Amino acid sequence: MAKDAIEIFIENLKKLPLLFKQSLIRHDKPTSDRAKSQTVFSNIFLHIHSTRVHRYTLKPTFTFGLGIMAASSFMILCITGVILMVYYKPSVALAYDSIKDIQFIVPGGKFIRNLHRLATNIMIISVMLHMGRVFYTAAYKGERAFNWVLGVGLYIVTILLSFTGYLLPWDQLAYWAVTIGANIAASPREITDALGITSLFDIGGLTRTMILGSESIGQEALTRFYFIHIMVLPILLILLLSPHLWRVRKDGGLAKPENITEEDLVNTPKDSYSDKVFINAAPEKTYNLMCMVKGTSPAVGKGPENTVSSWPYLFTAEVGIFIFTLAICCLYALFVDAPLKEMANPMVPENPAKAPWYFLGVQELVSYSAFMGGVGIPTIVLIGLGLVPYLDREKQQLGRWFDDETGLLVATKSAIFSAVTCIGTLIFLVAFGWLRNWFPHIPQLIIIVLNPGTVLLTAVILWSIHIMKTFQSTRLAAISLFTCFIVFFLILTYFAVYHRGPNWAFYWWPSMWPIH
Amino acid sequence: MSSITTNEKVSRRDFLSIGAIVGAISAFALSIFGLMKFPMPGLFPDVSSIFKIGKVEDFPVDSSKIISDRNVMVSRDAEGIYAISLVCTHLGCIVAPSESGYKCPCHGSVYDVLGNVLGGPAPKGLNWFEVSLSPTGKLLVDASKTVKAGTKFAV
Ligand code: HEM
Ligand code: FES
Repeated sequence: MAKDAIEIFIENLKKLPLLFKQSLIRHDKPTSDRAKSQTVFSNIFLHIHSTRVHRYTLKPTFTFGLGIMAASSFMILCITGVILMVYYKPSVALAYDSIKDIQFIVPGGKFIRNLHRLATNIMIISVMLHMGRVFYTAAYKGERAFNWVLGVGLYIVTILLSFTGYLLPWDQLAYWAVTIGANIAASPREITDALGITSLFDIGGLTRTMILGSESIGQEALTRFYFIHIMVLPILLILLLSPHLWRVRKDGGLAKPENITEEDLVNTPKDSYSDKVFINAAPEKTYNLMCMVKGTSPAVGKGPENTVSSWPYLFTAEVGIFIFTLAICCLYALFVDAPLKEMANPMVPENPAKAPWYFLGVQELVSYSAFMGGVGIPTIVLIGLGLVPYLDREKQQLGRWFDDETGLLVATKSAIFSAVTCIGTLIFLVAFGWLRNWFPHIPQLIIIVLNPGTVLLTAVILWSIHIMKTFQSTRLAAISLFTCFIVFFLILTYFAVYHRGPNWAFYWWPSMWPIH
Repeated sequence: MSSITTNEKVSRRDFLSIGAIVGAISAFALSIFGLMKFPMPGLFPDVSSIFKIGKVEDFPVDSSKIISDRNVMVSRDAEGIYAISLVCTHLGCIVAPSESGYKCPCHGSVYDVLGNVLGGPAPKGLNWFEVSLSPTGKLLVDASKTVKAGTKFAV
């Protein structure tokens, strides 16, 4: 006798939790190898990972988890940012007070704001370090070239996010940092002025007006910075990050050496398949999309040897890094408060008016020549970075830090060379001044071409050409150039943070600044 | 098919498709080009660049006065009245008067009392603004009109 509808209905009702769970997760518990794989590829968020990862890429000292750390801090920033938007008011009259409210009145507001500021720092540091790890392990070569370009795009967006966010509190720090930033955008005027064509073609002034929406920093600028910060750039970052991660997967995981030894794999996880070596039965999965596209995936011809299941090994590592990142941010946020100066005052600049630390290297360069330091050199460096994988196409072993002893040697030599040139130039500058101090009437064009910044740039270019000649290798030339730029960045940043005081004069220590 | 298409390099179908694509792309590009004018303000929201600074008698010969909400230094000597902008020509900080003239707190540009560069990264001297007399007898400074350094308004 058939059950009647009421009974069936009641049965369904009883089974509801089970049915719901089965419809949500359509496979068994991830205990068998099969279910572990299913967990990865049947979930849209997890399937950007492959089901098995190579043990080499799980070694903590290989990537240091820096890419994941960057992504984690971006997530923290998105969430804390949305929370801050509950109270923040993007208006010249209210912005400062609303930040003050968040800092001092809103329950938990101070913690969230601190978290947002700190996660910015962590994101910038981890993106830079991640770029360094990708560079020194030569992971930008071959099919990964464009992913490196996407990475440079991500770096630029990260920096712009931080810059646009800096204006929002509308305090003295914000106002003057953005004044300087906007005028850097206008600095091509230095060139057009020197050529006497500014009245015809004022590209610098035009850019600044576009950014500020006005001739000076006011409500228009705040509105623009606000929506660029909360909408345009985060969306752009996600648009760049998606293909970035997708490509890592499509390139068959992270770049790794071909000659991996047992020694490379100590202390990495293992599972029941890791030891299996397939002689003939390598996966034969080939693309055969609609019988139109044929090809092989990077896994073809390779067995599962030395891989482990992504579930749980890769995911625990990723979650671990996320928790670690969150933990540092939270700890810091409890003890270190995000700065908030007096309300913006367009009549009195901060003295010294310093940008956040990651811009101070550029600010030092800008104090030699606004155009060269703020536009010229950064553009050259960024374009150079983007072109690295196209200019250095040498075949080599990927996935080993500094490649080999020669790589390490060149990196060390370059670090010493650039440290000496940079410190030497700074000492010279502080002791003797520069062209304008000796010849007050010298044309600006000469200073644009010949200033400490361009001297350093020329020095490293010559140095890396020298390395290219000596070792007959573009990769080693790239290593020397990259290393020199890192060292310059570090030294200039340090110098501007600690040794530049009021009027951008040299001081041995901030405690020696005059009181005013 | 008929013999019309056989000796053509581009088939009619391709020609039409290419034409359509080129049309679509150029329409798109032109509209983007038009939209670029959007972020360019047609009218600046700033306060008027012309402002009154007082009567001639307020500026005795050989005196000077900072109009702080406008960041302008107005001085008078035997030859006349002149207004020098206090906005640093390097990157726009506000310079402060010093022993030798003016100093910029941001990257250390140094100017003499007439705004000529003595040192630092400033690419040129401080701007001089046009000074004039309104029909009501008030002195006017126009911050949108720079004049050659040394141009003084004789009174
Ligand atoms: C918002 C910033 C960024 C995020 C969130 C991010 C995220 C990631 C992640 C999660 C990976 C996987 C491997 C790893 O952790 O090392 C990766 C790989 C990679 N990243 Fe990034 N990245 C960012 C910026 C950059 C930058 C600035 C560069 C270089 C200019 C770059 C170049 C690469 C390359 C070439 C790979 C592939 C490495 C390989 O296949 O071995 N990324 N990225
Ligand atoms: S803004 Fe005056 S020296 Fe840079």
